[in-house]
Amino acid sequence: MRTAPVSVTPADAKIGPKPPLRRFHQARWDEPLLFELSTPGERGVLVPEPEVPLDGAVPNELPDALRRTAPPALPELSQLHVLRHYLRLSQENLGADLNIDVGQGTCTMKYSPKINEQFARDHRVAELHPLQDERTVQGVLEIVHRLEGMLAEISGMDRVSLQPGAGSAAIYANVAMIRAYFADRGELDQRDEVITTIFSHPSNAACAKTAGFKVITLYPDADGYPDLEALKAAVGPRTAALLITNPEDTGIFNPRIEEFVRTVHEAGGLACYDQANANGILGITRARDAGFDLCHFNLHKTFSTPHGCGGPGAGACGVSEALVPYLPRPTVEFDGTAYRLDDDRPGSVGKVRPFYGVVPNLVRAYAWIMSLGAEGLREVAEVAALNNNYLMKKVLEIRGVSAPYAEGRRRVEQVRYSWAELAEDTGVHSEEIGLRAADFGTHYWTSHHPYVVPEPMTLEPTESYSKADLDEYAAILAEVAREAYDDAEAVRTAPHRSTVHRVREETLEDPATWAVTWRAYRRKILGA
Amino acid sequence: MVNPVAGLGGRAGLKGSDGAAVQARARALGARPRASERAALALAELRARLGGVPPVLTAAGPMGADAAGAAGAAFEVRYEPGDPTAPADTRAAARALAPLVDLLLFAGGDGTARDVLDAVGASVPVLGVPTGVKMHSAVFGVSPRAAGEAAAAMASGGVPLRDAEVMDLDEESVRQGRVSARLYGHLRVPDVPVRIQQRKTGSSAPSPGSVEGIAAELAARVPPSDLLVLGPGSTTRAVAAALGADVPVMGVNALRGGTAVATDLPAEPLAALARSGPAWVAVTPIGGQGFLLGRGNQQISPETLRAAGRDRLLVVATEAKLAALGGRPLLVDTGDDELDRELAGHVRVITGRSRTAVYPVR
Ligand SMILES: Cc1ncc(COP(=O)(O)O)c(C=O)c1O
Repeated sequence: MRTAPVSVTPADAKIGPKPPLRRFHQARWDEPLLFELSTPGERGVLVPEPEVPLDGAVPNELPDALRRTAPPALPELSQLHVLRHYLRLSQENLGADLNIDVGQGTCTMKYSPKINEQFARDHRVAELHPLQDERTVQGVLEIVHRLEGMLAEISGMDRVSLQPGAGSAAIYANVAMIRAYFADRGELDQRDEVITTIFSHPSNAACAKTAGFKVITLYPDADGYPDLEALKAAVGPRTAALLITNPEDTGIFNPRIEEFVRTVHEAGGLACYDQANANGILGITRARDAGFDLCHFNLHKTFSTPHGCGGPGAGACGVSEALVPYLPRPTVEFDGTAYRLDDDRPGSVGKVRPFYGVVPNLVRAYAWIMSLGAEGLREVAEVAALNNNYLMKKVLEIRGVSAPYAEGRRRVEQVRYSWAELAEDTGVHSEEIGLRAADFGTHYWTSHHPYVVPEPMTLEPTESYSKADLDEYAAILAEVAREAYDDAEAVRTAPHRSTVHRVREETLEDPATWAVTWRAYRRKILGA
Repeated sequence: MVNPVAGLGGRAGLKGSDGAAVQARARALGARPRASERAALALAELRARLGGVPPVLTAAGPMGADAAGAAGAAFEVRYEPGDPTAPADTRAAARALAPLVDLLLFAGGDGTARDVLDAVGASVPVLGVPTGVKMHSAVFGVSPRAAGEAAAAMASGGVPLRDAEVMDLDEESVRQGRVSARLYGHLRVPDVPVRIQQRKTGSSAPSPGSVEGIAAELAARVPPSDLLVLGPGSTTRAVAAALGADVPVMGVNALRGGTAVATDLPAEPLAALARSGPAWVAVTPIGGQGFLLGRGNQQISPETLRAAGRDRLLVVATEAKLAALGGRPLLVDTGDDELDRELAGHVRVITGRSRTAVYPVR
């Protein structure tokens, strides 16, 4: 670590030799799109000509309607050009393997051990096809079956399905099971309300509404905890279920969670636990022990599999005995000698994605759990909570920042902070602080839905980061806050040493302008 | 010190009580001055908490002596107002009392607060007993009793003071459909959180998406043949627009089946209308401050609320508006203690189509 500041722009000259902040300057390549780099005829791999003419020799059973009339539009490049392109792009990024990635609270950005990549990319996994005969995929079915059993034990639930492709898909599967359960009992017309809390992940409310339920949201009580009195006012004969995240996305653990579950049960409803924030409670407390009927995990958060840039992640639903018949199909069954996929489940809510789960991620999660064991999982939770509370102490020493709700109390694995005071004092907003942090080689991101806490910042250090990492991160925030008070302009115009200066957020939020594929880019941006 | 005419215009739907003409019209519409009564309520609370009222210096007759007498307090008159009283009397009385007291307790609204500020500035701690129509300033107790409670806390010692905003409603933005208030200055008030109301934030025009959801939910709940009374506010106005009616932002308006049947209703005709058949009342809290009833919508009287019934009182707010309350409860001060008690607890707030929140009310 060096202490001298980097002199790149006039704003940098004012930073001064403060704490031992790392020198960082991001690459900038003006890199064109692959399609723009394309040269007609250029190839990465030259496929040998067939020794015998194939015309007419290979039967083509594709219906005419599915046949191309013209070759596909693909960029034409050599391997080296492709490699160089992606290396350059990676240098213009702040990836999880590059920076101290604690700034994406609610995402549990932990380190994904590279050995797990080797397992997932092993040809025995990578070359499987979902339509292969069951007898030829016994190994991977065994991994899935064992992983289900482990997650059942971690949650205390009776049965687990690994089919969902992400957390929200798992929540949706759970809501679909709740609906099927009440439909079977003839109570669905009467029970049309789902209760959640404002700091439960918004996917809970969204999935309930998508499944046709009315949504009731509880706000925190005067102490900043989920409001038990509000729950009592909300439950009744219309209650189908409680969908609740715990700890909530503020890092606050609901101390009366058992009473919440009991209150809903007494009204005849089901209790469904969003355990996507399980990283701070693994091996310490379990959904079933608090009386929950259903729960879900995000394997791409708690169990270290990559987030996959919005997909595919991997989700897991756990249910109690009474709900097993409704699990998504197929299930993986083991009769003592062989594994098989059971698709003959009349009560099932059906498929929540094609085939069975995101297998490479299931392999990674299995490897991760196997490498840690039960005691290791508990240690993960303990270190994650310790890291978080250590960072919280350091962050709260910074001028202008607070941790609203349940003030003065500790958090579990993440904290939703507020820069409201700093914004009031300096006019600098939270988003600008996150961007200025990029000049020091890290960042934080706007994962604070719903926007209830003013000027939010959500940090979740997980177990992956060392004390030195956390000290460095806190020192960066302290430095940016100091700048906000001393030289607000330097922060407002940040980043100064990054590839991209400002992204026009509104273009990312508007379906008319967002473009995540080349085709969409051509249509929406180039007008082609 | 009591501004005897404060609040007179509110029950008559007049958005303010300034000027002799407005006051005469309010009286003609059946309004009755209640400022003295509310000031006495604050003193009664003060006595209950302290086991007695500390020595009271006040102005004569309706400007304070009546209230002190009604509360059974021993008082001395230090100022004689004219008849009828005028804003100049408020300023003169404040100047006469300020050097002699530890706390200047005044009953009135935003206009009274501005007069007090003009007269005595930050030279003495003050506290407002809310009796006016517009109370966007942060110098008032959330109710007369809360003001009495805060005054008692101050008399017992150890309560710090803080600067609190005195606001002036921006008439221009009211005409444009945005209720927002302008900062006029600061007074020193005892810092007793929750008991003192928060400054109203200039709630910007609500995003249409969620308001349309709220409107759709109201349309689904209220039968087209029933009366729908909409309280003032930009949320309720946008809801009215989504239901097909164009109504003024500040008044209380009544709709039936998506058409306005009466706009800008005063308390009495409104209560009569509400009694004439099944009626629903939809109100929205004041942004940032949380008042649901009793501030800016006094035309919706306890009589109207009782005629509609608790089940037909619909509270509407966007989630952003609830979020902006920062965890503070919704507040009610209908002027009817029993009704306030019935409304306290938790209320279902309609935040969109098939979406509600359960929110505390105090
Ligand atoms: C608590 C919680 N629940 C649910 C989800 C939704 O998961 P996903 O993004 O995989 O759909 C998340 C996402 O991070 C979460 O933090």
